[in-house]
Amino acid sequence: MSGEWEVVIGLEIHVQLSTISKIFSGSSATFGAEPNTQASALDLALPGVLPVVNEAIYPKAIAFGLGIGANIGARSCFDRKNYFYPDLPKGYQITQMDEPIVLGGEVEITLADGTAKTIRVTRAHLEEDAGKSLHEDFHGMTGIDLNRAGTPLLEIVSEPDMRSAEEAVSYAKTIHQLVTYLSVSDGDMSQGSLRCDANVSLRKKGADAYGTRTETKNVNSFRFLEAAIKYEVVRQTEVLESGGKITQETRLYDPDKDETRPMRSKETATDYRYFPEPDLLPVIIDDAFIAKVRDSMPELPAQKRARFHTEMGLTDEDSRVLSSELGLATYFEDCVNICSDPIMAANWVKGDLLGGLNRDNIEISDSPVTAQAMAAIIVRIQDGTISGKIAKNVFNAVWEGKTDSVDDYIQSEGLVQVSGSHELEPIVDRIIANNPKQAEQFRSGKTKVLGFFVGQVMKETAGKANPKQVNDLIISKLND
Amino acid sequence: MDVTEEVVRNIAELVQLKVDDADIQQLTEGMQNILALADQMQAINTEGVEPVSNPLDASQKLRPDAVTEENQRELFQSIAPATESGLYLVPRVVE
Repeated sequence: MSGEWEVVIGLEIHVQLSTISKIFSGSSATFGAEPNTQASALDLALPGVLPVVNEAIYPKAIAFGLGIGANIGARSCFDRKNYFYPDLPKGYQITQMDEPIVLGGEVEITLADGTAKTIRVTRAHLEEDAGKSLHEDFHGMTGIDLNRAGTPLLEIVSEPDMRSAEEAVSYAKTIHQLVTYLSVSDGDMSQGSLRCDANVSLRKKGADAYGTRTETKNVNSFRFLEAAIKYEVVRQTEVLESGGKITQETRLYDPDKDETRPMRSKETATDYRYFPEPDLLPVIIDDAFIAKVRDSMPELPAQKRARFHTEMGLTDEDSRVLSSELGLATYFEDCVNICSDPIMAANWVKGDLLGGLNRDNIEISDSPVTAQAMAAIIVRIQDGTISGKIAKNVFNAVWEGKTDSVDDYIQSEGLVQVSGSHELEPIVDRIIANNPKQAEQFRSGKTKVLGFFVGQVMKETAGKANPKQVNDLIISKLND
Repeated sequence: MDVTEEVVRNIAELVQLKVDDADIQQLTEGMQNILALADQMQAINTEGVEPVSNPLDASQKLRPDAVTEENQRELFQSIAPATESGLYLVPRVVE
């Protein structure tokens, strides 16, 4: 791509709220049920039905708004957005046009080089999800599943503040982190809990006016988001540099071909004919309610990250990794609360634990080594019961389900560290006596040979000797 | 706004209604009359008056977040023109 174009990106992120039931009906909002078994008369838009708002959507939307420093609308109203599509049986979507619940706010993202950038949020509004259309061949017809129809959504609209695909992905990940921290959404992208529409345009570097944008809809993974934007940037650059014009249009990303394609444009321009939803009254959101939500909010990821760094003394990188997911952060903090050693806990959680979770593709909530077991291992390293090397064996044993008690396992397997000098001395003496050549080398200044002796002692004790003590003992013996 | 036959055809298309050519003129006149009534109301001075989107001076009653609906797929699908594998079938739509 030539250097004279500036990329301008804005994202609309649809987040499914993690409620038990739907936004306007008492149908279950659980993912993955048999088609249309969670579609009630209201979700099907049968005549005579009326929507009743689920109260759980407000604390979630407000928590998100407070989390990004936004204004919360004092009155929350719904509007109708009219369009025709079979997976929207009413013929309109109930959404918020004029009075969204969340106005303004901003999100700080961290770029690859570690610098921070602020992305402004325009608004976030509540709305209902549509059903699903299945275009596989049903004798030339389309299949409709309305289980998803009426799932509550928060649509988060950003300002066009991002300048690269990487920034857009970083922003989307930050939003994902925030909504999962705040239990606004389960954030499970494989189930469509977070979907992105990317508005992409190019303009000459230094220009004020934005270029014509395209909107790539319904991207459901961070990897696809990056690929879709990169494809659009290359495509638009080529069009503009060959003297062409960008058509304002909606496109779809095809992961199999790694390209975006225009959706078939309707002959008639879209006209949503918004108007206030006559079936629903305004909901008044008073300060007391907002204060209650604020009081029940957990620590935000950015605050946690800062606290891990300043109060616990973790490196910037460790603080970032350990605060990246609420489950991981909670695990780490539970562990620190028991073992009181943030640095050692950070090393174990970042190293062996995350390594194991990645290797076996396990979620932290299902970790075979609980935070309590992890802390128990660390405590036994701290009090000298086991060496760091043996601790890894204990960790693996718990991981593999060989035991669920760290202490029992250490005792039953005889892993207690040999640290009394009365136990180690005879072993060291014997090894020095059996290896006179190496002992002579050491005494003549070849101190590297110390490693050989330590290795022999560790072998003899099956790794249970306290390495530092072995070191000291051998040196003092050889220098005698 | 002038309601022309063109506007009526456009609206009919947006809402996916099939309108016979023979009915267009009558529909156009009907819609013109409705908007004329709205124009008459536009003449009222509403300066400083809060827009009312609902006549009830009340705020919305909310519902606890609980599942209260049962699966009635069989009943609902008994009146559907076409179903298969639990899906409602409709004329093919592909974007």
